[in-house]
Amino acid sequence: MAKNSQVIEREEVVIRFSGDSGDGMQLTGILFSDTAALFGNDLSTFPDYPAEIRAPQGTVGGVSGFQVHLGHSEINTPGDYADVLVAMNPAAVKANAKWVKPGGTIIYDKDNFTEKNIEKAGYKSDPIAEEKLELYNIIAAPVSSMVKEALKDFGLDPKSVLRTKNMFALGMVYWLFNRKLKYTEQYFEKKFAKKPEMIEANKVTLRAGYYYAETIEALNPVILIEPAQIAKGTYRNICGNAATAWGLAAAAENAGLKLFIGSYPITPATGVLEELAARKDLGVKSFQAEDEIAGICTALGASFAGYLAVTSTSGPGLALKSEAIGLAVMTELPLVIINVQRGGPSTGLPTKTEQSDLMQALFGRNGECPVVVIAASTPSDCFDYAYEAARIALEHMTPVLLLTDGYLANGTEPWKVPLMKDLPQIKPPFADKKEIPFLPYKRDCETLARSWAIPGTPGLEHRIGGLEKTLKGTVSYIPENHEMMVKFRADKVAKVADRIPDMKVWGEESGDLLLVGWGGTRGYLMTAVRELQAEGYKVSLANFNYINPMPKNVGEIFRKFKKILVAELNMGQFAGYLRMKYQEFSYAQLNKVQGHPFTISEIKEKCIKLLEEK
Amino acid sequence: MAEQQNIQYTPKDFKSDQEVRWCPGCGDHAVLNSIQKALTELGIPKEKFAFISGIGCSSRFPYYMDTYGFHGIHGRAAAIATGVKIANPGLSVWEITGDGDALAIGGNHFIHAIRRNIDINIILFNNEIYGLTKGQYSPTSEKGIVTKTSPFGSIEEPFSVGDLVIGAKGKFFARTIDANVSLSTQIYVEAAKHKGTSVVEVLQNCVIFNDGVHEVVTGKEVRDDRTIILKHGKPMSFGKNNDKGLVLDGLKLKVVNLGENGITEKNLLVHDAEESNPGIQYMLAHMGYPDYPVALGVIRSVKAHTYESDLEEQIMEIQKNTKVKCMDDLLMSGSVWKVE
Repeated sequence: MAKNSQVIEREEVVIRFSGDSGDGMQLTGILFSDTAALFGNDLSTFPDYPAEIRAPQGTVGGVSGFQVHLGHSEINTPGDYADVLVAMNPAAVKANAKWVKPGGTIIYDKDNFTEKNIEKAGYKSDPIAEEKLELYNIIAAPVSSMVKEALKDFGLDPKSVLRTKNMFALGMVYWLFNRKLKYTEQYFEKKFAKKPEMIEANKVTLRAGYYYAETIEALNPVILIEPAQIAKGTYRNICGNAATAWGLAAAAENAGLKLFIGSYPITPATGVLEELAARKDLGVKSFQAEDEIAGICTALGASFAGYLAVTSTSGPGLALKSEAIGLAVMTELPLVIINVQRGGPSTGLPTKTEQSDLMQALFGRNGECPVVVIAASTPSDCFDYAYEAARIALEHMTPVLLLTDGYLANGTEPWKVPLMKDLPQIKPPFADKKEIPFLPYKRDCETLARSWAIPGTPGLEHRIGGLEKTLKGTVSYIPENHEMMVKFRADKVAKVADRIPDMKVWGEESGDLLLVGWGGTRGYLMTAVRELQAEGYKVSLANFNYINPMPKNVGEIFRKFKKILVAELNMGQFAGYLRMKYQEFSYAQLNKVQGHPFTISEIKEKCIKLLEEK
Repeated sequence: MAEQQNIQYTPKDFKSDQEVRWCPGCGDHAVLNSIQKALTELGIPKEKFAFISGIGCSSRFPYYMDTYGFHGIHGRAAAIATGVKIANPGLSVWEITGDGDALAIGGNHFIHAIRRNIDINIILFNNEIYGLTKGQYSPTSEKGIVTKTSPFGSIEEPFSVGDLVIGAKGKFFARTIDANVSLSTQIYVEAAKHKGTSVVEVLQNCVIFNDGVHEVVTGKEVRDDRTIILKHGKPMSFGKNNDKGLVLDGLKLKVVNLGENGITEKNLLVHDAEESNPGIQYMLAHMGYPDYPVALGVIRSVKAHTYESDLEEQIMEIQKNTKVKCMDDLLMSGSVWKVE
């Protein structure tokens, strides 16, 4: 081990915590990022874990990872390659070796590198040698035995002792990045309020790791440059699922409505239901339904009864909800459907991210069945787009499908919290209590939205349902009436375009290449475009949040670029949609379906290749 | 349920301007009349009623009611009604459904609504056939029935509605006959007054595809001897001359003739719909021709907490003790930091 006390200054750094799915790596990563955020760093995180709660110990399939990217200036992605890898076992090295920057630091628990574990991970003898990592900064720390030693007088059972070893590793990383232990210690005090011995044990282990790193001086302490000036305000760390839940609660409050969520647990969407189930303080009524269909049908019932109603799910659940989305389209009730996309088809890759539900969201129903589709692009803007989904649903009397994804749902970033008074007003078109008889399908001439008569209101009794209706709400099989109503429903959704912001290009408004993306890949595309621009390329980015309808100025933007590249985590669904909507342009594609976000380098490579082609 | 008020309605007040399109002679007409009549007896303002249905002949029901109504999708009425009731516990929510809608495609929602004890009134029209799709066997069709999808006889064991309700921890189960308007009206009133999920099984006749399916027990000539109308606190006697009764014989029910072997009314079982142990009620609900009379009336009616009132209570309790009173409070709660 090379002793080195030289201090390194860095603008940004990527750290990956990695171990068995029972090793507590997610918590370790969260505690580290919260501490960094409190220091004022911008950051972005990416949890990457297996679908199995406890996959076979020591195997590559059971490796759970948490990557944090932090820096002094704007951070848009969790980073491609890690500067520091914490590997609690050989399998973690196997899973992550190729994601460590050449010459990076690898801290591993050498007590866990037993013959059996090495073999389980698929190595013969020495994982470091087999991966050709000898020239990296390798720290073989006897984590398990140090933890046992540190806690020997605590009288804890061996299992509880070893359960704290993630805190030893965390302590080491805190020393490395010169971070205070206070926040994490406060966390122990709260978490183990009923088990005081565990508060002390975790504190001791954390400090043991911190002092161990200091003592061995094997690491170059890294000092991140003081955070750059960022906008004044109150900040907090937030993940996409919580931001989504809060955006909905905020919309309900500003619309003067109560919030109902009917959902069935499904990875990676469950966090939305869980967060809203905890929001009884705000009067949210959450309902854990017997299945996905009941989730949306209870929501539709609550919407009929005058609530802001929501259902949340992921791909397979969205498939089950299709028929009821059709009913929402037909009854023209406001409804927000959150789809946290994951790898598909079928059960697919439940814990991995993908953007492959776009076509399902746009077209996956019987009949002519248009819904508004919007997508969030960062963990924190899930708040804004959930709010926006609710605003559109309520003001236009339509179901709105909000697409997020596994990466946004679980990823976190610091977020400047808004004030409620600064958010847009929401005014649902409630029926006039004097307009009797109430005509359920009479429309506002500007938005084409019908008005909303809430059960319990005297004189507005009416019937709605899935059968085709006339203006009056009478069932009708008249051919011309059906066609008229089909067109009304389509026009109503199209008219949402009148009330959404224009598309903004990131970078110059004209150039050689327009990189086009949608939803959750924005941070990656932005970082790639920023680097390309710095290298002198004339590249800009258009990242879509409004998918159906699209902003009105899309054609205008596309015309000003020589080439268009559509990058998405699927086989080309948005590119296909653009070809249908804007046929006059030609679209090159960059597609990836590995359950992982893009890397910056692969985006840049593709852009440069296109720019160099004649 | 909504507050009792001094409001006078006639059944006509609940008729919508829609032409009723069920087949002439269909049992649904009588159910519609009985329910419209029952609503006049509840003292609930008209705007507080919501009728929710699924798909099937019976599910057209909401269109014929001048109340709030929602004609849903196949099997999902219980889920939609659940959402309506949770959102607004002040409404009187009725689910109109059939044997296919509630027990085949909607079986899951049916049992879970009952398990949660949502205060809705489920009126299940049981004609043991699929009518709207023109005559296929249903989950309540007798084994052996020949229909278009069972041309050689059905090989499926049927569900019994009462078994399912009690199995799902149901608190209210009643049975009536479509054409018996006075008994039905009385039962619908009871169902509406009961707090919690009330299931009423209506033995309903499909005049086109399964005509006379219940005739063997409901026929004019035989019904007094082949049905028993249960009344809470009353001895279980029946028969044209009120000369038959039910007793417990070991672990089974037994039909006895009054006056024979010294048996008098005093020996008969006395109906207790409010007993929470469903043992005897289950046996009563399960009785069938030819061994037993079919039980009509309110078979089980047990008081219990409802989902929506427990939810409201929980919210109130939490709101009393929280510092988070609005979104701004929430946004500023927990780990936040200020950039000056």
